[in-house]
Amino acid sequence: MQSEVQFAGFGGQGIMLMGQILAQAAMDQGFEVVWIPSYGPEMRGGTAYCTVVISDRPIGSPIIRNPQHLVAMNRPSLEKFAPTVKAGGVIFINSSIIPIGSGRGDVDELCVPIIEIAKELGNTKVANIVALAAFGTRSRIVEFDILREAVRSKFADKEKLIPLNLQALEEGRKAALAS
Amino acid sequence: MGKTFARPEALAETITHYCPGCTHGVAHRLVAEVIDELGIRGRTVGIAPVGCAVLCYNYFTFDFQESAHGRAPAMATGIKRVRPDLIVFTYQGDGDLASIGMGEIVHAANRGEKFTTIFINNAVYGMTGGQMAPTTMPDQRTTTSPFGRKAAEVGMPIRVAEMLATLQTPAYISRQSVIKPKYITKARKAIQKAFTYQMENRCFSLVELVSTCPTNWGMTPVDAVKWAEEKMLPYYPLGEFKTPA
Amino acid sequence: MGKVLMKGNEAIGEAAIRAGCLNYFAYPITPQSEVAEYLSRRMPEVGGVFLQGESEVAVSYMIFGAAACGARVFTTSSSPGISLMGEGISYIAAAQCPAVFVNIMRGGPGLGGILPSQADYLQATKGGGHGDYKLLVMAPASVQEAVEMVMQAFPLSEKYRNPVMVLGDGLIGQMMEPVEFPEHLRTEPSNKDEWATNGMDTRRSNQRNLVKTLYLVPEELNAHNLMLKAKYEQMEREEVRFDTYNLDGDYQVLLVSYGTMSRVCRTAIDNLKAQGLEVGMVRPQHVFPFPHKAVYEAAARESCRSVLCVEMCMGQMLEDVERSVAGRRPTSWYGKCGGEVPTPEEVMQAVKSLSLKS
Ligand SMILES: Cc1ncc(C[n+]2csc(CCOP(=O)(O)OP(=O)(O)O)c2C)c(N)n1
Ligand code: SF4
Repeated sequence: MQSEVQFAGFGGQGIMLMGQILAQAAMDQGFEVVWIPSYGPEMRGGTAYCTVVISDRPIGSPIIRNPQHLVAMNRPSLEKFAPTVKAGGVIFINSSIIPIGSGRGDVDELCVPIIEIAKELGNTKVANIVALAAFGTRSRIVEFDILREAVRSKFADKEKLIPLNLQALEEGRKAALAS
Repeated sequence: MGKTFARPEALAETITHYCPGCTHGVAHRLVAEVIDELGIRGRTVGIAPVGCAVLCYNYFTFDFQESAHGRAPAMATGIKRVRPDLIVFTYQGDGDLASIGMGEIVHAANRGEKFTTIFINNAVYGMTGGQMAPTTMPDQRTTTSPFGRKAAEVGMPIRVAEMLATLQTPAYISRQSVIKPKYITKARKAIQKAFTYQMENRCFSLVELVSTCPTNWGMTPVDAVKWAEEKMLPYYPLGEFKTPA
Repeated sequence: MGKVLMKGNEAIGEAAIRAGCLNYFAYPITPQSEVAEYLSRRMPEVGGVFLQGESEVAVSYMIFGAAACGARVFTTSSSPGISLMGEGISYIAAAQCPAVFVNIMRGGPGLGGILPSQADYLQATKGGGHGDYKLLVMAPASVQEAVEMVMQAFPLSEKYRNPVMVLGDGLIGQMMEPVEFPEHLRTEPSNKDEWATNGMDTRRSNQRNLVKTLYLVPEELNAHNLMLKAKYEQMEREEVRFDTYNLDGDYQVLLVSYGTMSRVCRTAIDNLKAQGLEVGMVRPQHVFPFPHKAVYEAAARESCRSVLCVEMCMGQMLEDVERSVAGRRPTSWYGKCGGEVPTPEEVMQAVKSLSLKS
């Protein structure tokens, strides 16, 4: 069994971090994982994306053109990548700034206003964690408890930030369960 | 007023790839304005560095060559020696000119090659992600000096303009800045002189421009200007270090 | 330390430290600058040396100087930077100093691009600098393998008193995978008193050592080259390393591929199997010395109709594959460059378009 998740958005939205936390959690759960960033001049203020491949066997090609799932943090990413997602996958949409849907009838679409949720928590910077939690809850790629531990360990050297991020995680999960 | 804001003919009508608040764009505009003013667009060849300005040829509307990292002065030498009638300039960052290309610039300047260098001093390697440059300030943190630049280990920042001014042959060496309007007028004047001396067939000319890199300094553009003014300008004084006899 | 999720570039830096190498000189270049960034933090923690040189030319001679006085030392760079180090590498090989060079390849020629590539194969395996010299060249296909190869590179470079290159593509540097640093791969630097210019007092000797590469007497230079040649032949006997995939069954096509590209091939092989076409693969783990015999034998198997070399460049390893196959089977090439990594589907397509008649 192999699943692939594409995270995509603007530079500065914490795209790379979301992917890394998911990859860490999947590794902690005993899976093989690969995290691949986009790198290059397009990072400068433009689009940022990364792919996480999770498998129960050694991972062959790390290059994925048709991911199982998509986490779209801005509209250009949704427009660009929604058509590439495999049927039956989850497409997560940051509905705070994406006013459209994926236009796909064969996927599980999840829209969450992550920026508003993060704002209520007092810091829009954690919007990516809200999104990650919502996506993780819906896709069930990794166990939520393990995801929580991965968040905790990612922020281990910025301990002050842990409570806020854990709260963001909870709100993201609630949002996914409610929708 | 209209004239001041019009796009110089030598500057392309396109959006640049530079970060918000980056001063590369200002430097480009000044060069383009001077080239227009001197009416030399048709016989100018620019040489792009390897650095954030590697794509600067997209923003100018005259002939351009792309160099290898640090080698622009050698390429410029090649051009001027075979086509002395062309107006040639290199546009180089501080990693490009003062680190990997230090040999080329010193020898081109010392030979008195008759081209002009526009030298962007932003105290870091921009393009590759903010590593330490020879011009990085003492205690400045960069991605390869995470504990700050320590003079005891890597020396003090190199003052390129002063250093090259110790050579006898260069015609004109000046340091200016593009971080605020009040400096920009003088910077433009210096660039204009540098090109004019080249047209008069005098020897090598260089204008160093104290610049900002908000992205890799981890600052807002406004804070970056403040930092450059407070930290860089006292160490990198503005002025002319060499003028033609 | 158990498994950790690490970016290839950082894992490479850590692997060198774990191997017992505490000296690093480098110049920034994408896509491997993270090695320098990581080690600028890590080397002070372990009491090691980190220095950003003013150019790759300078770095290659910092490596030469440090290696010649007996230190374990390494550097990392990417294609254009490795070209500049070519001069130093030739001198280091000539002077028989052990040192490790990591090339995280990007697209060329010239400034090229910054995305993954395998276009420095010939430079790494056939020369790069001037003169008759060879590098032992290791080609990892995962971050874990990169770690292990970097750790093994130091004792190998000391065994042969020759530079070793770890040749990875941009993805090896940029991707994150779980890694472990095998404790048993830590080795003590070998005793270099016999030749290193480490100071007569250091080695309690009255005999001075000299590190040099100039041999003006033709007979001496010839003898020197014969001695180097003997080392490279020893490498060919003792250091061939490769991996195989799906070579047990009756495969009709043999792929030869290395690095990240070989992983794409593995997926393509699995998919083709599901479609009823058996394809096998030989993956060189060392590209010099090249596993000529293994490739020949795999190609010569009765079921095999065709050999396809798959690489992220315009057909460089193909020259070695053709030499191995020696006309025994039709041999061709598939690949892409410029940073585009071929997909499994594209490799499958390339396999299917081969003529498989006997
Ligand atoms: C031989 C070689 N080494 C390294 C590089 C990678 N490289 C590209 S740009 C750059 C530094 C650019 O810094 P600077 O000259 O200060 O210009 P800026 O980006 O700040 O404008 C480096 C090291 C390269 N392209 N070629
Ligand atoms: S990285 Fe720095 S120098 Fe480069 S474009 Fe951005 S602000 Fe300008």
